[in-house]
Amino acid sequence: MSPTSYQTAPPRNFILAQRRRLVNGDPYQKILIRFPASPAEGLRMDIMDAPMQSGWFPLWLSLRVAAVATLAAVPCALALGWLLSRCEFRGKQVVQGAILLPLMFPPTVLGFYLLVLFSQGTLLAKAWESAFGSPLLFTWRAAALAALIHTAPLLVRACRDALEALPRDVERAARSCGASGWTVFWRVALPQIQRALAAAAVLAFGRALGDFGITLMIAGNIPGSTQTLPVAVYSAASSGNGAYARALVLAVSALILGLMYAAARLEPKRALR
Amino acid sequence: MIQARLLKSMPQDSGKPAFSFGAEFELAGGITAVFGPPSSGKTLLLDLLAGLIRPDDGRLMVDGQILYDRATGVNLPPRKRPCGYVLSSPSLLPHLTLRQNLLFAASCRGLPRLESHRVVEEWIAIHGLAAAAQQKPGEAGAESRLRCAFARASLAAPKLLLVDELSEPGIDRAEVLKLILESQSQGAPAILYATRRIEECLELGAHLLVISAGRILQAGPCREVLEKPASVEVARLLGGFNLLPATITALDPGRDMSRLKLDAVELTGPYFPGHLRGDRVTLCVRWEDLRAVPASGKPGPNQLAAALLRVSGGRHSVRLHLAGDLVVEMPLPEWQQHNHVRQWMVEFPPETLRVV
Repeated sequence: MSPTSYQTAPPRNFILAQRRRLVNGDPYQKILIRFPASPAEGLRMDIMDAPMQSGWFPLWLSLRVAAVATLAAVPCALALGWLLSRCEFRGKQVVQGAILLPLMFPPTVLGFYLLVLFSQGTLLAKAWESAFGSPLLFTWRAAALAALIHTAPLLVRACRDALEALPRDVERAARSCGASGWTVFWRVALPQIQRALAAAAVLAFGRALGDFGITLMIAGNIPGSTQTLPVAVYSAASSGNGAYARALVLAVSALILGLMYAAARLEPKRALR
Repeated sequence: MIQARLLKSMPQDSGKPAFSFGAEFELAGGITAVFGPPSSGKTLLLDLLAGLIRPDDGRLMVDGQILYDRATGVNLPPRKRPCGYVLSSPSLLPHLTLRQNLLFAASCRGLPRLESHRVVEEWIAIHGLAAAAQQKPGEAGAESRLRCAFARASLAAPKLLLVDELSEPGIDRAEVLKLILESQSQGAPAILYATRRIEECLELGAHLLVISAGRILQAGPCREVLEKPASVEVARLLGGFNLLPATITALDPGRDMSRLKLDAVELTGPYFPGHLRGDRVTLCVRWEDLRAVPASGKPGPNQLAAALLRVSGGRHSVRLHLAGDLVVEMPLPEWQQHNHVRQWMVEFPPETLRVV
């Protein structure tokens, strides 16, 4: 995959990676596929002997990207969830549809749109540069944006559903005894949905780990820089580096199962009244 | 003193038909019961008064303070209105203990910290909530929750205490009435209680606002409304009335007399002002005002022969359901003397007859 096919200059760290590859020789070439004698040995091999051209970097990068995406998604989801569950306004249907769009669109198509929107010289790209001081595309921030778009719809829906399920009488009572709109949100609604919100955020974090298509389109596949875990697994598997792919897959599987368990524990068991 | 003219039309919402509400009334202090069938606009009226729903038009004044006035654009938010509101369920914040719930309300009302602790402890003592104060609503009993809801509503010494019909299971209605009377003795100047049970209105000795389909049909002291319903609709809502179509055949203001033709019989009644001869009216007599005696011979004046269809009983009286849509309520001992009789003579005492 050639970065020059994008309408932007190849980022600096990509060039560094290329240079490293030239100096050290392509790590992909060095891999000899050795079959393990037993499953246990295979596991040990995968974990201990996996040729780590980027080491555990994709895992750490994915964790960081997912964390940033989730942290950014939670306030958006709360605001949109509140808006959709409590306010009547024109164009509500449109907003609701727009939130679902990322679930419907093929990720690569979404990624292509973002690529066009953030390509050099556009308003968005300029706004981003003035805010963060560097272009967005092919950086870890682009991966975070991809993960955000991948995960936000679910979180918004979860927030809206949780807020809609709240008994309205509690809010009416709070308002009648003097709470303002903000107080109702912060001190009445939020504490009631905090468990559901935490559970949804954990699931959203898990989903954010998994974005592939959008990430590949706007962050690229630059080992050691923007190669998130799913992309790394894809690269490793497609280049015959089965051991490395297996190590990453095992690690992320354990992580996802742990997240599922956490979400199930957080899920409110009974509705409090 | 509450003066209100409130108009609100609710558009058709998912499942709920469109509803238009328009009420104009004045209330002095004391307990007022908003009496009406389900979905007649009782809760909407309370919401409008509390400021939870903005009216389309009108004006609302409580003790000279304007809470809402369309003409001048005044619309105080709920927190600035001198109203306490007990909703149809206690609706306490589930994540706070009962004490924290009261403190939350006190802080929302803008009481200073120390003052709010003092006030909350006071109300906990008044309502005997000391044992349950550390419990969350989910753990506390229904009665504690109810008392906490009342304490929360009366915390800031409201000029107007609104109490919706409490529909949550496990709540004792007698307890609600007791709490309303207690609130009155604790100095709530005006209390508005929404209910669909006329017995409760009687028990509270309340002023009555009869409301149906978003309109106030009649207002007045409970006894007076029960004795003189203003329309057939009110009489139907109140229950306990025989409503019989009749024609006025004679009117004599000089002798305070009139004659009514009812199917086959003619009845003598008092003079009905405001009616003309030949008017088709509805005769409206309370069940207990009619007298029934076992039939013997020909019906006398103001008497009507009717066969007994069925009997429904209460603790102190029974109701005889007779042919021709007649219901007569008689004391239990009297019924026990004649409980084998099938043919009855119903007597209409002239002074109890009323037409609407």
